[in-house]
Amino acid sequence: MKKLLLAIAIGAVCATSFAQGKDLKVAIDPTYEPFTFKTADGKPTGFDVDIASALCEQIKRKCVFVEQVWDSMIPGLQAKKYDVIISSLSITADRLKVIDFTDKYYNTPSRVVLKKDVKFTGPASIKGKKIGVLKGSTQEKYAMGELKTAGVEVIPYEAQDQVYLDIKSGRLDGTVADFVEVNGGFLSKPEGKDYALAGPELFTEKYFGTGVGIGLRKGDATLKTELNTAIKTIRTNGAYKKINDKYFKFDVYGK
Amino acid sequence: MNWAVIFEPQNLALYGTGILTTLGLLFSSLAVGGVMALLFALALTGPIASLRWIVGAYTYVIRGTPLLIQVYLIYYGLGQLEWIQARWDSVWPWTHFKEPFFCALLAFSLNTAGYTAEMLAGAIRETSAGEIEAAQSFGMSRFKVLLHIVLPSALRRTLPAYSNEVVMMLHSTSLASAVPSMLDVTAAASRIYSDYYLPFEAYLAAASIYLTASFCLIGFFKFSEGHLLAYLAPRKH
Amino acid sequence: MNAYYLAILQGSVMTVGVSLAALLVSIILGLAGAAAKLSERPVLVALATVYTTLIRGIPELVLMLLIFYGGSIGLNHLMELLGSDTVIDINPFVAGVLTIGFIYGAFMTETFRGAMLAIPPGQAEAAWAFGMSRSQTFLRITAPQMVRYALPGFTNNWLVLIKATALVSLIGLQEMTYLAKQASAATRSPFVFFLFTAALFLIYTTVSLFALKKLNARFSLGTQRVQL
Repeated sequence: MKKLLLAIAIGAVCATSFAQGKDLKVAIDPTYEPFTFKTADGKPTGFDVDIASALCEQIKRKCVFVEQVWDSMIPGLQAKKYDVIISSLSITADRLKVIDFTDKYYNTPSRVVLKKDVKFTGPASIKGKKIGVLKGSTQEKYAMGELKTAGVEVIPYEAQDQVYLDIKSGRLDGTVADFVEVNGGFLSKPEGKDYALAGPELFTEKYFGTGVGIGLRKGDATLKTELNTAIKTIRTNGAYKKINDKYFKFDVYGK
Repeated sequence: MNWAVIFEPQNLALYGTGILTTLGLLFSSLAVGGVMALLFALALTGPIASLRWIVGAYTYVIRGTPLLIQVYLIYYGLGQLEWIQARWDSVWPWTHFKEPFFCALLAFSLNTAGYTAEMLAGAIRETSAGEIEAAQSFGMSRFKVLLHIVLPSALRRTLPAYSNEVVMMLHSTSLASAVPSMLDVTAAASRIYSDYYLPFEAYLAAASIYLTASFCLIGFFKFSEGHLLAYLAPRKH
Repeated sequence: MNAYYLAILQGSVMTVGVSLAALLVSIILGLAGAAAKLSERPVLVALATVYTTLIRGIPELVLMLLIFYGGSIGLNHLMELLGSDTVIDINPFVAGVLTIGFIYGAFMTETFRGAMLAIPPGQAEAAWAFGMSRSQTFLRITAPQMVRYALPGFTNNWLVLIKATALVSLIGLQEMTYLAKQASAATRSPFVFFLFTAALFLIYTTVSLFALKKLNARFSLGTQRVQL
């Protein structure tokens, strides 16, 4: 029986690919401008991608970027489709139950985004409005926990840029998103001119966690220490600042 | 395998909502699509050449492009057109284009209409010429010939192929999960997969739901074939 | 904008690749399934019937998600059980090809079975009487005639298979539909990109229809055509 299983496994292996020692497979969701997105000719780019490349340089491995839909990021990691997730994945207690994280490499709050003429005084003031969120994100957890209970219609989308597509077309009244991301991916573009950030900065640890880190499988201790050291190194040797300034006017490392 | 999670009440409720959405989408798109298919089939077999050409082009495009692209075109593509954006807040019927359910319904109806129209047109063309000539010699108008002679037999002849189309439509409704906020069975399974990281259990449960539904439909059609196409059955004595 | 169109065209190469690979898998499975169903051995007939029944009952998307997400975890579990450290990753291309091939293998089984049944059995018997082996009979007598009978069903299955490749975009394969979706969300203009992709699919199906019509003509040489 064992031989039969081995034969089946070998057969499957011949048709599939191995994870090599030197390459580091990094999962990204390239629909999250300016952290992770693609140029028109398909090259991954953005803050997360540049940080990943800098870290790979530090730990002397080659970064291979693997695209993944956001809500299957963690299952994909568990299925060993890639080794790490460097795609603005927030460190939350729920996620720590299933995977491991390095120390944070940036921390920015989330905000509610609505049309400029809408008066926002709290979740109840936008009762009945349609808010789009990214499926599987911390913003979705917040929206389901705080907005949906106040009567707001929360609609989960596969990708954040599809949320912007539907805001532009008028199907949605707004979104809850990372404030840097929504600035770079929506508000600074022509279709975002009628929209603005509303309400306070959202930092609740219960929903948003303690910053954005690199996701790894539980038990990958060596990789975790390597990456943590690498993050500290790029923070001190100026590489982080260089990447930070390329995209933002302030330090996204946060508190 | 962790099946206990699937049977928790809130997850069963999720699948339940999914089943309702799937069946609702299936039957409404079959109904709307069926009516459209009838009209298109009459156009395809009718005397007006330009109508034949237009409907023929329509079925060619529908049968030549994937349903997924048709769904995206109607949901995202039409939503982008400013002409529609200007009207969909206030002008009926454009208000419906805002809703995901309506967009999914429209896409599925247009799709099934395209396929069923061709099936029905083929069956109409196969009506024996002698029957039509006899009806015409009785002095029946074109409409009466259609209503009493052609359509009853054509509809019966289409039944086996149509049963296939209905089961295909049931499977196609799983594409509704590609439209945001449509919670059909596949979307429910995907939700459970991403919440609890249990792909096997979630998708196997969805597969068994579809299997049961498909069998019920196939059984229903076998029964109606036995009833409506009884004259084609082999002699019993 | 233009770079996006180029990317979608490159994706179309992937689409063609997936569909042709899946076609190969489905033809192999179809021939095997038809042979099993016609073999009159109860175990094989039962197996083939279960196969075609499952496909008739489960949507392609669900099957694809099951194989892609479930399959990777399953295979890795297997490797852990066997004590190995290697990581097996079923990439979307392989998952897509296997799923679509598996599904359309069932449809091909029915098509090939009907085609084989249409050939008078006396021909095979005569071939055996001449001393031809099973494979010789199949290659020289059955197969060439079977092609002609199978072509209408085969054409139908092929056209539906092409369209099913669009579903592989939902598990992340970077073919036309996936790239069109990304381009449309990034540029906020879904209409043009999806229309462009639809047009590419239409071109693909038209070319296929044309090629298969020519094939039909080639294999119908010498048969009588009824004039109504």
